[in-house]
Amino acid sequence: MDAFFGDIYSVAIFILQFFKEAFSGPFEFKEIVNQCYKVGSKSLALVSLTGLVTGIVFTTQSRPSLSVFGASSWLPSLVAIAVIRALAPLVTALIVAGKVGSNIGAELGSMKVTEQIDAMEVSGTNPFKFLVTTRIIATTFMMPVLILYTGFVGMMGSFLNVYQNESTSFPAFFKSAFSSIVFLDIYASLFKALCFGFTIGVAGCYQGYNAQNGTQGVGRAANLAVVISMYLIFIEEITIVQLINTIR
Amino acid sequence: MNKEDSKIDINNVVIAITGLKKSFGTLDVLNGISVDIFKGENLAVLGRSGSGKSVLIKIIVGLLKPDSGVVKVLGQEVDKLDKKALQALRLKIGFSFQSSALYDSMTVRKNLEFPLTRNRRNLTKKEIDDAVEAVLDDVGLPQTIDQMPSELSGGQRKRIGIARTLILKPEIMLYDEPTSGLDPITCIEINNLIVEVQERYNTSSIIITHDLTCAKETSNRVAVMLDGKFFITGSFDEVFRSSNTDIKAFHAYNFINANEIIRE
Repeated sequence: MDAFFGDIYSVAIFILQFFKEAFSGPFEFKEIVNQCYKVGSKSLALVSLTGLVTGIVFTTQSRPSLSVFGASSWLPSLVAIAVIRALAPLVTALIVAGKVGSNIGAELGSMKVTEQIDAMEVSGTNPFKFLVTTRIIATTFMMPVLILYTGFVGMMGSFLNVYQNESTSFPAFFKSAFSSIVFLDIYASLFKALCFGFTIGVAGCYQGYNAQNGTQGVGRAANLAVVISMYLIFIEEITIVQLINTIR
Repeated sequence: MNKEDSKIDINNVVIAITGLKKSFGTLDVLNGISVDIFKGENLAVLGRSGSGKSVLIKIIVGLLKPDSGVVKVLGQEVDKLDKKALQALRLKIGFSFQSSALYDSMTVRKNLEFPLTRNRRNLTKKEIDDAVEAVLDDVGLPQTIDQMPSELSGGQRKRIGIARTLILKPEIMLYDEPTSGLDPITCIEINNLIVEVQERYNTSSIIITHDLTCAKETSNRVAVMLDGKFFITGSFDEVFRSSNTDIKAFHAYNFINANEIIRE
């Protein structure tokens, strides 16, 4: 129990240090852009494929149930609600946790156990600011972009399916889809995206930056970065959905 | 002192260590180290693996905090410095890591540029390129400039690690096991490089090693660490005239046959 609370305390200190470094100069703009590019480029292919498949499969699976009630025309609305409110944020976050979170944990862990972080520190560079702050900012601000992209690709997948089966035109599909979406849904998804991105960045960086025991420690850091991120993402998802439903 | 001592300024202490203690849990690693290192001097610190030699230089550069005692580098008490002052002091200290610690996602060029671009932000691209090429020439590896660290041999990695510290023109060099894991010929090359660095850059150095040839060839003075203390300091020959069994075994293992001495 002491170890658990000790870890919570260490993570809290880690997060406080992040905010301190993030809001004090000199700012690492170039490295932030570099990390944003890495987060985006590493996730793009998998996010695109998953988004497209999610849209197609969800549409295919929902059609028979709606047809029973003669409500096939509601299909675009149903898919839009599911994809934009829940599937896009959750699926994207889990993919980014797996691809980017593990990469951050392994990369920083490897740098830690091979003394590269110490080398950075003794050569006059603040490694926390350069390595940790930039990565957490990148995951936090790239996640909304990726979630919007996944939502778009998911809706395109759904449209392809609907077009093939019901010959619904593109404008008609999107008019129907967005008739049931309000700005609160978009804001809620973006808020979730920021929380998920921050969580993935903190979990990956914390595990990597504090890795120990050589290569075994690197593997452990990468693994824990993903596992902890996923647990926290599910908890945040449930909490935010409850919060939004209260507001709604 | 056994190497050419004419450049050593005994009135100018660059590192002053007094009563330094450091423990990890119940293990007392440093147990009252006191030593002065003078301007232009190379001090070799010998000791068994795990005796706390690397801990000593990590405290000097502020990577670890001492439990007690005073470490002054260039007149500044390291433990009392704020973050900014410590960062400024570190620019005057070169630290060559045992593992070389090259940034493995960067080419040799980027590794060498990194400390410069981070700390000398007013330099032009040409000045940076010139500095990188000059320091690579100094360590004899100009051909590696666009290679990745994974493409280098152990000796090359060590030399690039030293080059990365030299690019900021440090006043003090700290070498952590510079010849460990290298073949004898590469060891000689690294030893020669350490001496060249001392002469060309007029540095003062601490060389952490358990390689007696390295200690003999590169240092003006040798300190032997036993039980967390400097058991003996002096010139290489003075130290190894000692009748202490540990020191005799150390000497024997490197130069003759340890087992004979240990059996005695």
